[in-house]
Amino acid sequence: MSIDLSQFFEVFFEESFEGLDAMEAELLNLVPGEEDLETINTIFRAAHSIKGGSGTFGFSSVADFTHVLETLLDQIREGSRDLTAEHVNLLLKSVDCLRALLRALQAEQQPDLTEADELRVKFEEILGMRAASKAPEQAPETVRESSFNTYQIDFKPHHHLFKTGNEPLYMISELAELGELETQAFQDDVPDITNLAPEDCFLSWRFFLTTDKEQSCIEEIFEWVEDDADITITLCGGLFGDEEDVAVETVAEEAAPAQEAEPAVVKAAIDPKKPAPVKAATANAESTSIRVGIDKVDSLINMVGELVITQAMLSQLGEQEITEATIASLQEGLAQLAHNTRDLQENVMRIRMLPISFVFSRFPRLVRDISQKLDKQVELKLLGEQTELDKTVMEKLSDPMVHLVRNSLDHGLETVDKRVAAGKNPVGTVTLNAFHQGGNIVIEIMDDGQGLNTTKIREKAIKNGLISETDDLSDNEINELIFLPGFSTADQVSDLSGRGVGMDVVRRNIEALSGSVEVASAPGVGSTFTIRLPLTLAILDGQLVRIAEHTYIIPLISIIESLQIDISKVSRVGKDLDVLRLRDEYIPILRLYNIFNHKGAIETLDKTLLVVVESDNQKVGLLVDDLLSQQQVVIKSLEANYQKVDGVSGATILGDGRVSLIVDISGLIKLSGLRKPGSQELIIESKANLEAS
Amino acid sequence: MKRILAVDDSASMRQMVGFTLKKAGFDVTEAKDGSEALNIAKQQSFDAVISDVNMPVMDGITLIRELRSLPNYKFTPLLMLTTESGLDKKSEGKAAGATGWIVKPFNPEQLLAVLKKVIR
Repeated sequence: MSIDLSQFFEVFFEESFEGLDAMEAELLNLVPGEEDLETINTIFRAAHSIKGGSGTFGFSSVADFTHVLETLLDQIREGSRDLTAEHVNLLLKSVDCLRALLRALQAEQQPDLTEADELRVKFEEILGMRAASKAPEQAPETVRESSFNTYQIDFKPHHHLFKTGNEPLYMISELAELGELETQAFQDDVPDITNLAPEDCFLSWRFFLTTDKEQSCIEEIFEWVEDDADITITLCGGLFGDEEDVAVETVAEEAAPAQEAEPAVVKAAIDPKKPAPVKAATANAESTSIRVGIDKVDSLINMVGELVITQAMLSQLGEQEITEATIASLQEGLAQLAHNTRDLQENVMRIRMLPISFVFSRFPRLVRDISQKLDKQVELKLLGEQTELDKTVMEKLSDPMVHLVRNSLDHGLETVDKRVAAGKNPVGTVTLNAFHQGGNIVIEIMDDGQGLNTTKIREKAIKNGLISETDDLSDNEINELIFLPGFSTADQVSDLSGRGVGMDVVRRNIEALSGSVEVASAPGVGSTFTIRLPLTLAILDGQLVRIAEHTYIIPLISIIESLQIDISKVSRVGKDLDVLRLRDEYIPILRLYNIFNHKGAIETLDKTLLVVVESDNQKVGLLVDDLLSQQQVVIKSLEANYQKVDGVSGATILGDGRVSLIVDISGLIKLSGLRKPGSQELIIESKANLEAS
Repeated sequence: MKRILAVDDSASMRQMVGFTLKKAGFDVTEAKDGSEALNIAKQQSFDAVISDVNMPVMDGITLIRELRSLPNYKFTPLLMLTTESGLDKKSEGKAAGATGWIVKPFNPEQLLAVLKKVIR
C-alpha cells in the first residue's frame, strides 16, 4: 500500500507555524531563573511536534535542526540544565530560522541552510559539555554474507506477558515470514486445571529459523518483550542442534491469550467519530482567505432574513391597489429596507475586519530584540488589541508602525543611566494603543522618553534647506518637519532607524491608506505618534461635486476647506497656472473641467467654487461648479472593471444609478504637471517664481 | 473490523496515522490528547491504542498507565510513538504498561509493519 504523504503537508505546515508562534510567545514570557515548568513544556512540545512531523514527512533539514533544539529543551525540562538568557536568544533565533525553512519548503523551494547550520553549531557547543553522557553511537552491524543461516531461538515468556499486550502467536508468525521455521512448544510448566491462572502465560518455545536475514531482524521481533521474557538467539550453522526429546506440535490454540474469556465489552451506542480537522489547503504561501468569527456570519444571516421579510412585505404592498393607507405603509417599508440595507452593509464590512492584535502581536518580539541591541530596558504595553480594522489596511499598516516603534526605542527612550539621572523609572515604556473614533481607527505609539529635540530638528531643517534661519516656527511646527522628505539626515543613521527610510515614507504610506499621522511631544516627558485611518478601504466618505453636468467625488478626508475665490488674490504664474493667495500660502488652482475635458463648465473664477485639498503635504485648489451632498460611497475598482485612469482612484454608483468617478488627489497633482513624478518641489518653486515676478 | 484509537496532539501526525490505518482496513478513532483519549477509551472498546508521548493536558505515558489499569484494556496492545532520543521514555513507557513503541519518524509502511506484531 502506498500513501502519498504530501496530502498531509499543508496541515503540517499550518500546525508548525502555529507551534512556532506559540513557542515565540512563550519564549518571550520566559525569565531565566524563574521559568515555570508548564511554559518550558509547551515550548518543548512545539519543538517536539515539529521535529516528529518533519521527520515523518521527509523534511530532514528541519528535523535535524529541531533535534538539537529539542535536546536542549529536554535537558532544561528535566532540570539537568539551567535556562540562561543566551538559550532564550538562541531559541528565538531558531524560531525565526525554522519559520524561514518551513516557508521555503511550503513554497517548494530549496531552503537556505546557512543560518540553521550556524545555530546548530552553537547549540551543539552548548550541548557538547554533556555530550559524553548521551547515548553512545551504536556500533555498526557487521555485515554478514547473505547466505542462509539457521538460528536457534529460545523464547520463554514470563507469566505476565499477555498483560503487556504482546501476543506470542503474532511474533511466531513474524518469525515464519523471515524464512523457514521449525517450532517446538514446551508445555511442562502449564499447571493443572485447578491451579491454572487463565491470564498468565506458561508456555515456552524453541524455534529453528533458517533465513537469509540478519540476526537483528530476529531481535527486532522480540524487541518489545526483551524484559518480559528470556530470549536467547544462537547461530547454529546449517544443521539443527541436538535433537531433543520434545514434542513438536502446533501451538496456535494454546498461545492465544485468555482474551476471549474476558466479559464482553459494552459497546457504546453512539460513535462520536471526530471529524477530521478541515483546513483550507492553499497552494501558495500568501493566503487570500480570512477567518471570520461565526457570530459575524450568524448576524449576517439574521440580516438577510430581515431583508427577505421586508422584501416580502413590499412586494405584497405592490400587488395591492394604491391608496393613501398603502402609501404610508409603503414608505414605512422603504424606511425598513433602508435600515436593513445599512445594517447589512455594516455587517458585511465587519467580515473584513480583524482585531489589530494581528499587527500588535509582532511587537513584543521586535521590542525585545531592539532593546537588547540598544541595551535599554523597555516595557511594551498593548492596549485595545481587540480593536478591529480592515484586513487590507492592516497589512499595509505594519511597516509604518514598525518604523515608528523602532524610532521610539532608538531615539525616544533614553539609556538606563540617562533615565536614572533624570529621575525616571529606569525601565522605559512604549505603549501601543488602538481605538475607534468616529469612522476612524486611531493608533497611538507613545513612549515616555526624552521627546523630540526641537532645537536639533530646527538646526537640521535649516541645514537641509527645509526652512530658513529667519522662519519663526512653533514647537509643533518644528516637530512636523520630521515628516518632510529630505529631513532624515546622515548623522541620524544607526543600525535601527536609519535605514534610508525617513518619516516622510511613513507619512506617505499612511496617506496612501487615506490616513494621517501626526506627532505630539513634550521634552523630557515623551512623544506620541498618532495614526488615524479609515476603518475600511472599501467605503469612503465623499464630497459630491458638480463639474458641468458630471458628478465627481472628492474624498472628504483630504478636503481642507471650500471657498469662493477672491479674484483680487489670484495671480497667474507661467503660461496658464493661476495661484490663489490664501492667508500665507499660494494655492495652485486646478481646473478640473480642463483636466477631465468637460465642456460647459463655469470658467470664470469668481463664479465657481474652490475646494482646497491636501495630499502629500501639498495643497491645491480644485475648481468645481457646485458642491453637492456628502455621503458614504462604496468604492468600485476601475482597474478591475475597466483600466487604470490617471487622476481617478475609483468609481462608485450613485443613488440614481449613474457612475461617478472618485478623484485621486495626488494623481491629479502629478497629472496636472505641477509636480514631476518623484519631485517634491511644487509649492516652493511656484512661490519662488511668484516672488520673482 | 478492528478498532484502533490514535492519539496525537499534532493534527498532521494524527491525520497521517489515521489515514494509513483506515486504508489498511482498520476502524480508527482519533484523540488529541491523553485525557480525551481516556474518555473515549472508557466509553468504547478498541483492539489497539497508538499514542504519542508528549502531549498537553495528559501525556502518553500517563494515558497508558491509566488504560492498563482498566479491566477492558488489560491485554490490549498499547503502542507509543516516540523519538529516537527517548530511550529512557521507552522503559518508562514499558513500566507504565506499554506493549511496545514505534520510533519516529516512521512512514505509513513502517507503521503497518510494526502494527502486525500486535494486531492482525
